[in-house]
Amino acid sequence: MNPVGLFSAFRVQQKRTENAYTCSLVLNDSLPDALPGQFVMAWLPGIDERPFSLSDNDPVRITVADVGSFSHALNQLQPGDYLWLRGPLGRGFISRGRSHLLLGGGYGAAPLSFLAKSLCAQGNQVGVCLGARSRADLLLVEEFSSLGCQVWLATEDGSAGKQGLLTALLPEAQNALKPETVYACGPIGMLTTMAAWARTAGLPAQLSFEGVMRCGVGLCGSCELPETTCQQLGLAPGFLVCHDGPVGEISPNHFS
Amino acid sequence: MLTPELNCSFLGMNLTNPLVLASGILGTSPSLMERMALSGAAAITSKSCGPEARAGHPNPVTVAWDCGVLNAIGLTNPGARAEVPLLRETKQRLAALGVPLFASIFAPRLEDYGEVARIIAEAEPDLIEVNISCPNVASEFGTPFSASAESAAAVTRTVRKAVNLPISIKLAPNVPEISLIAQAVVEEGADAITAINTMPAMLIDATAAKPVLSNRTGGLSGPALKPIALRCVYEIAQAVSVPIIGTGGLSSGIDAAEMLMAGATLVGIGSVVINDGPSVFSRICTELATFMKDNGYAQLGDVRGKALT
Ligand SMILES: Cc1cc2nc3c(=O)[nH]c(=O)nc-3n(C[C@H](O)[C@H](O)[C@H](O)COP(=O)(O)OP(=O)(O)OC[C@H]3O[C@@H](n4cnc5c(N)ncnc54)[C@H](O)[C@@H]3O)c2cc1C
Ligand SMILES: Cc1cc2nc3c(=O)[nH]c(=O)nc-3n(C[C@H](O)[C@H](O)[C@H](O)COP(=O)(O)O)c2cc1C
Ligand code: FES
Repeated sequence: MNPVGLFSAFRVQQKRTENAYTCSLVLNDSLPDALPGQFVMAWLPGIDERPFSLSDNDPVRITVADVGSFSHALNQLQPGDYLWLRGPLGRGFISRGRSHLLLGGGYGAAPLSFLAKSLCAQGNQVGVCLGARSRADLLLVEEFSSLGCQVWLATEDGSAGKQGLLTALLPEAQNALKPETVYACGPIGMLTTMAAWARTAGLPAQLSFEGVMRCGVGLCGSCELPETTCQQLGLAPGFLVCHDGPVGEISPNHFS
Repeated sequence: MLTPELNCSFLGMNLTNPLVLASGILGTSPSLMERMALSGAAAITSKSCGPEARAGHPNPVTVAWDCGVLNAIGLTNPGARAEVPLLRETKQRLAALGVPLFASIFAPRLEDYGEVARIIAEAEPDLIEVNISCPNVASEFGTPFSASAESAAAVTRTVRKAVNLPISIKLAPNVPEISLIAQAVVEEGADAITAINTMPAMLIDATAAKPVLSNRTGGLSGPALKPIALRCVYEIAQAVSVPIIGTGGLSSGIDAAEMLMAGATLVGIGSVVINDGPSVFSRICTELATFMKDNGYAQLGDVRGKALT
């Protein structure tokens, strides 16, 4: 009925520390046909099952911030350990145009690294704005640079890049890059600010949303975006993050 | 031949087609239920609601494999009092579309069914569907009321006394003689029967050496359930004369026709939403109309019960 609906067992091949509370788990295989922006449900039997974006797929990699009990358990995994995934799930980013601006807040950088890799491989121009509380919280900065992306940084304490919110980087990045589409992943406040800016700039935006994932396949209703968020962003009401998203496309004339 | 008619009548309600959104499939909010109605569901069943708020079981709660879906959501709901304003809002939005609302209820104890039904009736749904057959809460609630004719009849009596709205009792497939249970609930005043709920089942992951769902067992739905659902509805249709909402494993217009032929008046659509999303309703309607046209059926009444004779 659904070829991606059951768990497959992977083994952790490599573990990379990204910052004091975030690691990337590189697994031993890739997921057929996975696209940037899609997610997996990661399962540790007897512990829990939670959603994580693919931060790469050659082989599968997830980048996990330790924010609670399940993400902590993932951060404890060692090379050789099993990790069970079902997916890829949901709808990912769709490349539109030749010049792209990516905006990642916190672990929102994770799916964008997979997107940047695929956009750069197709010879596109890619700029990335990354934001965090301070320098030590930034994620995947070197990875984006080594892919050939132009990178702008913002930190709330000013310890790296511009001091302030990530969205403050938008005008500068727009001038330098002249993007045709903007892509963003991060906290909801950042996404709505970004969408408002994109509308003013007349640019289509693709936003990666979060929701409380249970079934992950569009049956239970748990991950529905609040109706007010849908209205604000011009998304059809009843948007399911697992089925219609996680990436939602906002056209510049639909945002109100 | 003219385009076949899909409209039908059910307990005095006029529906544009026979497809009903099954309980527990995206029936959690006014916006989602409105979305499903706009996508072509002719009636909407809300997620089952009980006396108290429940978070449901921990993840994993759902997996899908080649032949169907296994779920143990665990009756996640906000509790009857909090559900009323949601259902009122839903009813208002659905009424504007001419789509009836069926409100599903459950309760852990016999005596709670009446109270939940009374509270939910305040939202004035078009029908109350009484879920006595969820297989995923047996460790907390004990054997489901659907397991015997006596307990099924007792719940029906309680709800019948509590409300004046039409009621449909939702039966389980895992009983020796479903027709006896159907007769028992109809004798107690059930206006309709919904059949079937999911079938208790389990999947084990070999590498993990553990059941896949956190609840260990779950309810099987989707294509694997279809032959069981057809058999149940076929037997119920021979035993009682109330309308049946035939549900279980239907994924195409031809599946829907088969369920009508087994004696169903309406057909429930659930797990197949996993493949198509909400647009599944218009696909199944188109397929059903094409099937009817190709085989010389002018209206649903000509298809209904065709396999019974
Ligand atoms: C589509 C999607 C992609 C994601 N990608 C990443 C990623 O690449 N890297 C990353 O570090 N995190 C990602 N997350 C977030 C990650 O799922 C949560 O951080 C994780 O569930 C926290 O679990 P916990 O037990 O560690 O923390 P908890 O203590 O349980 O909760 C911490 C926070 O996690 C969120 N949460 C709780 N339950 C769920 C649930 N069932 N589904 C989703 N969120 C929940 C809540 O906002 C809560 O405040 C993603 C979430 C979604 C929806
Ligand atoms: C995820 C999920 C949740 C469900 N929740 C409920 C529920 O709350 N109440 C209920 O009566 N049935 C519930 N069901 C059962 C369905 O309404 C339906 O009877 C069953 O799934 C068979 O139909 P299907 O094969 O078309 O899915 C649920 C089914 C699924 C898959
Ligand atoms: S998590 Fe169940 S519908 Fe999205």
